[in-house]
Amino acid sequence: EGAAPAWTPLLHSAPPRGFLSARDGPRYRHRHRDPELSPCSPASCCQLAAVTTLLLPKSRQAAEAEIKHTTEPAPPPRAPALVQMKVKVLSRNPDDYVRETKLDIQRVPRNYDPSLHPFEVSREYTRALNATKLERVFAKPFLASLDGHRDGVNCMAKHCKSLSTLLSAACDGEVKVWDLTKHECVRTLQAHEGFVRGMVVRFCGTSFFTVGDDKTIKQWKMQAPAYGEEEEPLNTILGKTVFTGLDHHQKEAVFATCGQQVDIWDEQRSSPIRSFTWGVDSFSSVRFNPVETELLASCASDRSVVLYDMRESTPLRKVIMKMRSNTVCWNPMEAYYFTSANEDYNLYTYDMRYLTSPVTVHMDHVSAVLDVDYSPTGTEFVSASFDKTIRIFPKSAGHSREVYHTKRMQHVICIKWSADNRYILSGSDEMNIRLWKANAAEKLGVLSPREKQATHYSQKLKEKFQHHPQIRRIARHRHLPKNIYHQTKELKIMKEARRRK
Amino acid sequence: MNCTETNYSTQSYLSCFLCIYIGKTDPFPGPAPVPVDRVQKFKRKDKIEKPHFKQYKLNDLIVHSEEASELAQKQAARFDLLLPEDAGFLEGDEGEDTCTVSQQDIAEAVDITSATKYFNLKLPQFGPYRVDYSKNGRHLLLGGRRGHVACIDWQSKQLMCEINVMESVNDVKWLHSEAMYAVAQKKWLYIYDSNGIELHCIRKFNDVLRMQFLPYHFLLATASATGFLQYLDVSVGKEVTAICTKTGRLDVMCQNPHNAIIHLGHPNGTVTLWSPNQKEALVKMLCHQGGVRSVAVDKTGTYMVTSGMDKKMKVYDVRSFRPLKSYFLPAGASCLSLSQRGLLSAATADIVQVYRDVWSTPVTKPYMAHRAQGAVWGLHFCPFEDVLGVGHGQGFSSMLIPGAGEPNFDGLDANPFRSTKQRQEWEVKALLEKVQPELISLDPTELGYVDRATLEQRHQDRVQALGFDPLAKEKFVPKFKKKGRSTAGAVERRKKKVAHEDQRDVIRKTVEEKVKMEQAKKAMEKKTAARADQKSALDRFKK
Repeated sequence: EGAAPAWTPLLHSAPPRGFLSARDGPRYRHRHRDPELSPCSPASCCQLAAVTTLLLPKSRQAAEAEIKHTTEPAPPPRAPALVQMKVKVLSRNPDDYVRETKLDIQRVPRNYDPSLHPFEVSREYTRALNATKLERVFAKPFLASLDGHRDGVNCMAKHCKSLSTLLSAACDGEVKVWDLTKHECVRTLQAHEGFVRGMVVRFCGTSFFTVGDDKTIKQWKMQAPAYGEEEEPLNTILGKTVFTGLDHHQKEAVFATCGQQVDIWDEQRSSPIRSFTWGVDSFSSVRFNPVETELLASCASDRSVVLYDMRESTPLRKVIMKMRSNTVCWNPMEAYYFTSANEDYNLYTYDMRYLTSPVTVHMDHVSAVLDVDYSPTGTEFVSASFDKTIRIFPKSAGHSREVYHTKRMQHVICIKWSADNRYILSGSDEMNIRLWKANAAEKLGVLSPREKQATHYSQKLKEKFQHHPQIRRIARHRHLPKNIYHQTKELKIMKEARRRK
Repeated sequence: MNCTETNYSTQSYLSCFLCIYIGKTDPFPGPAPVPVDRVQKFKRKDKIEKPHFKQYKLNDLIVHSEEASELAQKQAARFDLLLPEDAGFLEGDEGEDTCTVSQQDIAEAVDITSATKYFNLKLPQFGPYRVDYSKNGRHLLLGGRRGHVACIDWQSKQLMCEINVMESVNDVKWLHSEAMYAVAQKKWLYIYDSNGIELHCIRKFNDVLRMQFLPYHFLLATASATGFLQYLDVSVGKEVTAICTKTGRLDVMCQNPHNAIIHLGHPNGTVTLWSPNQKEALVKMLCHQGGVRSVAVDKTGTYMVTSGMDKKMKVYDVRSFRPLKSYFLPAGASCLSLSQRGLLSAATADIVQVYRDVWSTPVTKPYMAHRAQGAVWGLHFCPFEDVLGVGHGQGFSSMLIPGAGEPNFDGLDANPFRSTKQRQEWEVKALLEKVQPELISLDPTELGYVDRATLEQRHQDRVQALGFDPLAKEKFVPKFKKKGRSTAGAVERRKKKVAHEDQRDVIRKTVEEKVKMEQAKKAMEKKTAARADQKSALDRFKK
């Protein structure tokens, strides 16, 4: 080994620690008594490893030491203290606590000992308060307005297969297909003369049905006609009376309409396979149950909601309310619950099995409720009202958790909750369709894991401290248009007065 | 090669399958058990009692929250096993006292980096010195009586700044980070940054003698010679409250780190507890027969140690305000300081003594002792290090006290190794979650309980305003049903049924008693008769 003479002078004078490099590291650390005897080959390095650790500057593992002054003959500078002791002092190796390179993330050692974290409750409370305030700061629910209709939007339909497609129909008989991601209309067709009363997309997503004031049911292809082709319905059924509502079965080629009576149609036939009537009144809407697919509910103008089983020849049950219901919507997760939007400003959630009294009465609107739609998770629903607002209710709460309104939005006629549970679509009188966030303060787009964790944490904190008066006040605060604000107050006074009597 | 690989994989699969088939079970099924005492450490409060009547939603809520908290406790206890550092210690041989071990011996025995933590600064010109360590224990602030102020990164021994304020200095204190510190000077309170630049001169705070910084509230509490206890919000620079304590010169002060209550010691032997929300003292305790010289409260807010002119050192339980231990020190202690792990240092003139377990066992000998070069004026344990800083007349000395500091710090709270970026991030977060001074109270968890008192008060107010109790249960009034039952005859009959009910009761009772008496009488007669019938052996002697 040619390097042998080169390292000999290093033996007795160790350089500072920072000088070390991996290659020459082990060499100078060995303190050989006679360097001539042991040229430092890699093999000898290994043999001497034990010695090496002892001579290194002592780090954590060497912090414990024993002193035996009694046996040591070496001359101490002071009088030898005749003490035998064991001592360990805290000595942290910075390498364990500081990142190695700038490319690493910082090390954050944790210790969850409660005594190191005083004021837990008050600090969490402060965090919850901040989170609540930030939620109100970031609550910007309005996303976009889709304009293009030339008359009030009368009904809308969600596409069953494509999240980004929305169909809307106006009071002048025009149907528009929208691309929601681009906020633009991709197709327009003149479906009926007069109002389009109902519209539904077939479960396969390839075609959709419309009913109109011209007493026809039309089936349309979802695909736009090729260049040069004319826009023509696949099928047209001419009915005897005006149809006011339409819904399609979840799995089978069967759909239901309502008008003078509730009709069940086979797609292949031009006459209804079954007709239901109960009394002489007309019906305003009909909905299939999404879980128990053979069940239907409809609202009649004699203030009742009627339930049907498609397989039977007569209606099942009926519940009569004080005022007329405009629409019903089934809970998509709990098959026996449905909610009806009533003219008396309230929504009523019923259990299908116990129709004697509603499970919950949802109050807050100050005018007739026109439409209602459940979120796909079945935990909340959204309602559209004649008072120009949209409200979101938890399914079992008596009051709304959220109210949306704009200066320009007029009476909201139809409402839909998107199938991905994140958006709400509203169609209103002044020919616009509006896109809202279902959760007003939600950040859109892809969230980083840390962002996700932070939102979950703040959500939990808000939940934990929700009953503290300060936090509740901030969380509940909503700006309302002046007339709605005053009307709410007035209604409250009226209700109080009625209760006192 | 390929073939063997496949063989191997099938084999392992087979063996796995066999294992399952034979029924070989996991010798350690389920999660590893966690010792109960470790879980106990993370327990916040007792289990909630379930409501007696059927409240399904509430029951569910309680069950879920209990489960969650139990899980959190267990996980924290598991994590506790992984903590990297162990606390320091010093043990003598049997029969040996650790107090005879000198600092020199310890410094020689321990590793080099620890040995460098034992050092002396000779500053005889401007002494005596007050001492303060920053919250993470990295930075040291020295304030000399005659105007010398210096801050040092004491582990690397780098001087950050050194100034002479050309005025007497009463006390020095780090604010929330090492960027700023407060100096109580002869007249006003000043705030400097770590370069020694004067940032503020606060003229609302005069003649300040002692200061305490409440890190989670960003409050600087000052006690002045004029008897005022003032709170300065350092995040916005506003005075929160000024309380006139009416007890004269305030030169003994400490904070309870558990609930941010300020303890003041007075010349008449009392210790008073203060919060910024009340103009009166929360508690007044008579602790000593002479004046109080020094007060210290431990990290958990359980124990308070006081020393007085009567040469006594006493330990109190500050939760119940009860004395626990009383010690007699021949010369009395002028300064007291408690470490994170509960070591108590007491200075008498130029001797610093450190005691262990002063509250649990009666202590006879100090754990460690050291003689400083001059009379001690400031004592402070360094957080997260086994170091005690002693400011005295001849300068400053840093002592090694094994077992004083908390071995494992929390990186998100106080990180001695934090970088500038981490400090900045921490600062923003800490400011965001600054606890409002209104939340300071004797029990810091008060916010987590239901406020029944206010609820009752509000209900009473409502009752007063309305003139009746809207929540009161109405007294049951039976319905007056008319189904032929209210005819005159029926009413008369019913009346007869219940008429003179009380008299009837009396009569019934007396009759019953009479019957009983008679029965008893009869029984007695029977007995005597029976006895009369029997002839005893002695009857033959009867005449």
